[in-house]
Amino acid sequence: MESVSTLVQMGGYGGYVWPAYAISVVVLALVLVASLQGARKTEAELEQLQAIRRANRAAAPPPQGAVVLESKE
Amino acid sequence: MHRFANPARFLRLAKVILPYSSGIAALSLAAGLWFALAASPADYQQGDSVRIMYVHVPAAWMGMFCYVAMAVFSAMALIWKHPLADLLAKATAPVGAAFTFLCLVTGSLWGKPMWGTWWAWDARLTSMLILLFLYLGYMAINNAFDDPERGQKAAAILALVGAVNIPVIKWSVDWWNTLHQPASVIKMGGPAIDPTMLVPLLLMALGFKAYWISILILRGRAEIAAQKIRIIRMAQIHAASRGE
Repeated sequence: MESVSTLVQMGGYGGYVWPAYAISVVVLALVLVASLQGARKTEAELEQLQAIRRANRAAAPPPQGAVVLESKE
Repeated sequence: MHRFANPARFLRLAKVILPYSSGIAALSLAAGLWFALAASPADYQQGDSVRIMYVHVPAAWMGMFCYVAMAVFSAMALIWKHPLADLLAKATAPVGAAFTFLCLVTGSLWGKPMWGTWWAWDARLTSMLILLFLYLGYMAINNAFDDPERGQKAAAILALVGAVNIPVIKWSVDWWNTLHQPASVIKMGGPAIDPTMLVPLLLMALGFKAYWISILILRGRAEIAAQKIRIIRMAQIHAASRGE
């Protein structure tokens, strides 16, 4: 196992090697976080919409194919 | 093929695959980084700068692989009108763009100490830059229409037309004189690279591939949910206009 300073210096190429890895980690992490948040947010919104629909149907069953949006009260 | 076009089936399959794909991605990237940065030897000519290869080369492979995947999904969407194929093409684009961007940046960081320049307008580098612009164009067109279906169709056509760039990238190092070295891993007669360097390279490549599958699942899920939201809102508008 090498010492930490040789690892940091990378035989004089540390200024090129480490930025290359750092930017790769940052970019891939950003895409991952954005994708995770996107999935959570959209799925939560869908769940909410579907819950409202279910509640509306339970509160006022639509007569003969009419779609009820909200109750009158 | 049509069996996989069903969003419900995709969601079921995605639920099973996601823990494995993200687990494989985390493990092989961790092992890959260990080998790439510490356990592999420095090159006898390039010294430790060769370690940039372990992120640069797999990123380049992924940049091209994702484009081929995007073009195949786009073709399936145009020919068979698979609703899921459009979603997967759209979900792949940002991943491919990210890897292509990383390939260019890490290549630049490797080029400076080895070639003495950050950038050269040669065939390999320029065709890779065009690949990045194709991804950006694809994503821009996809979101440029009020009707998402029209945007996806226009973007799918761009993806197919742009696919001509892929063989140009692959063989650019053979067709033109370029600073970039020719292929040394995927070539006739087996890889011309030492096993101690091949191991981190393949681990990183496997990790990137598993990362792509995980992101594809997450973004695919988001797209399917967004589509359902659009349908519900549409039904609400329809019902409201009928109620008046």
